[in-house]
Amino acid sequence: MQDYLWLIPLLPAFGAVINMLVGRFLPKKLVSWLACGTIFGSFVLSAITFFGLMNLPTAQRVIDKSFYDWISFSGIKISFAFLIDPLSIIMMLVVSGVGFLIHVYSIGYMADDKRYARYFGFLNLFAFAMLILVMGNNLLLMFVGWEGVGLCSYLLIGFWFEKKENAIAGMKAFIVNRIGDFGFALGVLMLFWYGGTLDFAGLAKNSHVFAPMATAIGLLLFVGATGKSAQIPLYVWLPDAMAGPTPVSALIHAATMVTAGVYMIARMNFLFVLTPTAMMVVAIVGVTTAVFAGTIGLVQNDIKKVLAYSTISQLGYMFLGVGVGAFASGIFHLMTHAFFKALLFLGSGSVIHGTGGEQDIRKMGGLKKYMPITFWTFLIATLAIAGIPGLSGFFSKDEILWKAFSSHNGHWILWVAGVFGAGLTALYMFRLVFVTFYGENRDEKHNGHNSHDGHNGIHESPKVMTIPLIVLAILSVIGGWIGIPYVLGGGNHIEHFMEPAFASHQEMTMPAESHQSEAGLEIMLMVVSVIVVLFSIFIAYYLYMKRKDLPVKIAQRFPLAYNLLLNKYYVDEIYQALIVNNLLRLNRLLAYKIDLGIIDWIVNAFGKGTVGVAFGSGWTDKTFVDGAVNATGQAVLVSGEAVNQTQTGNLKTYLAWAAGGVFVLVILFLLIIIS
Amino acid sequence: MTLLQAYPLQHYLIIGAILFALGLYIVLTRKNAVAILMGIELILNSTNINFVAFARYTANNISGQVFAIFVIILAAAEAAVAFAIILNIYRNLKSVDVDKADDLKH
Repeated sequence: MQDYLWLIPLLPAFGAVINMLVGRFLPKKLVSWLACGTIFGSFVLSAITFFGLMNLPTAQRVIDKSFYDWISFSGIKISFAFLIDPLSIIMMLVVSGVGFLIHVYSIGYMADDKRYARYFGFLNLFAFAMLILVMGNNLLLMFVGWEGVGLCSYLLIGFWFEKKENAIAGMKAFIVNRIGDFGFALGVLMLFWYGGTLDFAGLAKNSHVFAPMATAIGLLLFVGATGKSAQIPLYVWLPDAMAGPTPVSALIHAATMVTAGVYMIARMNFLFVLTPTAMMVVAIVGVTTAVFAGTIGLVQNDIKKVLAYSTISQLGYMFLGVGVGAFASGIFHLMTHAFFKALLFLGSGSVIHGTGGEQDIRKMGGLKKYMPITFWTFLIATLAIAGIPGLSGFFSKDEILWKAFSSHNGHWILWVAGVFGAGLTALYMFRLVFVTFYGENRDEKHNGHNSHDGHNGIHESPKVMTIPLIVLAILSVIGGWIGIPYVLGGGNHIEHFMEPAFASHQEMTMPAESHQSEAGLEIMLMVVSVIVVLFSIFIAYYLYMKRKDLPVKIAQRFPLAYNLLLNKYYVDEIYQALIVNNLLRLNRLLAYKIDLGIIDWIVNAFGKGTVGVAFGSGWTDKTFVDGAVNATGQAVLVSGEAVNQTQTGNLKTYLAWAAGGVFVLVILFLLIIIS
Repeated sequence: MTLLQAYPLQHYLIIGAILFALGLYIVLTRKNAVAILMGIELILNSTNINFVAFARYTANNISGQVFAIFVIILAAAEAAVAFAIILNIYRNLKSVDVDKADDLKH
């Protein structure tokens, strides 16, 4: 059962390498098969692993498989190892399953793209990194995956880099994530410093070692989560990330990567249960984000932007869940959200595909009759996300709301905010549905003279795109049935399945009172939230179907509020003014004043000084050394000139000189002897 | 009264010195190359007398005599070479006057 575990992440890695290196020389069909086949292989293996886990008794459902020691020195050992437990197997199934569907969908969506192979290579690479993230048995391996998905996110957001905005959006996502990752890395380092190991199992066993620092570590890790999972204050990259191809938005920015923060906190539950402060911060940030992003979503006109804010809002719910200690509920919502949000994004991609690249919902309308499959699946996903009883979103969201209300870390204020957010969710999602699919088509492009064969050029997407939609729609409906709470007669299987992974806080999530006395309250709260949702749907119906003049009037009536929402609370502008511009100013100061002015001046001064010294040295060289040498030469020349007069060519003269010399020598010799 | 006692070493040396001075005088004063060569022969012979005398009076071996024989042989060889040079000078200059052979002057 454990022999093939390494294949799960490496299959997509193989596909990525092939597609990125030689994909452009291969036929498109082969590229698609390779990309989808590898991820499908991962999914099949994950499913086999899942059933293998299910066959084990509950207590033994942890596989810790080490492949080799990655870093090993002076008592520190970090292995390249996988931890397969109920938590990571759910993540693996979601990543590989939803990922496979989106890969298939991409075949249709990206069919005409000139960088087809590169796209699939990146998508495979992302799947590889995400699987490493969820399978790693220690924080360092998780960090590798964490950075890997960040890289793929950047690559895919900026995939159509010909347009400058897309490239900038990619960079923005990367830089904002960098801030979060910095916090995450600091948290990991602190945990290593105080805990002495990075293995999840080892840390969970000795959690008392780092208990004093738990709050700081938890908050630092949460900073990482806010970056990756787009929470306040680092959510600003996600709306811009919609610049990438739509399947990318579905896979990375809705279903998988952005949930990495939730997974991380759930995985580190043994740390967070030690620190109620950090938990409270997580919950408050989560619920604030949920409401905040929901209000922005109300007025956006770009179909993908609405879904982006919806994603931020739903991620807020997940953080509310893990923040009140309902880790299983958070992961449950993560899973259902992966289904319906991926479906919504793919549906929006289908709409964009069918209308010839239109993203502005003001130019859509009436698409219901042209794109039936897209419409129905989109509607199912909308019902699921709004929390209509019986569909997946209802169970997971209400589980979170109930835990937010009832658990020890919870508070009724959190519940109220959550329910308000749920109402907002229903409102903006149904606005989207009504404006996009109902009424008359409002795009001049499709109306009038250029319409052919009576359907205005708007067409349903090909089968390769609609089948994943249908599969995801089925999952959106039934995905919640594994977590039906007791009060509704279910068994809450998923929570029981995940219990071993969250063993550290059993005492926290279990309400002090027994289930029976609380059941009435739970039902009541559910009913309240459902009523709120239905009321929101009715408002959406009234505003966008019955009285289409009203929204405009309301907007004109409260221009201040409308503009505030339309411009996303000016957060981007505030960041730009407060942080980016100041940083740029600081950088300019550093660059022009400090660097160019002072440091370069010092360097240049050294240079000039050296030139001066060299000049002096050269002058000395020329004057004295060369002078001495030349003088020697001159002296030799002059003396030679003087002496060569003696060379008469007359033999006898020479002899006479020689004899005279001998004579002189003899005289000297005699004098020396005598003295 | 042996020969050695009757004629001490100095007599031989004086003879050698006189011969040497004569040879040098000839070398320095004659113009004729052959005469100069004769002067050189005198100088060589004077040194031979010195060698033999010193050998006989001071050393107790015959290295002086051997050296003298070497000098005689060398003088013969030198004379042969010198005559060849002189012959060439004559062919070039139509004379054996060494003052005419001044091509080596500066």
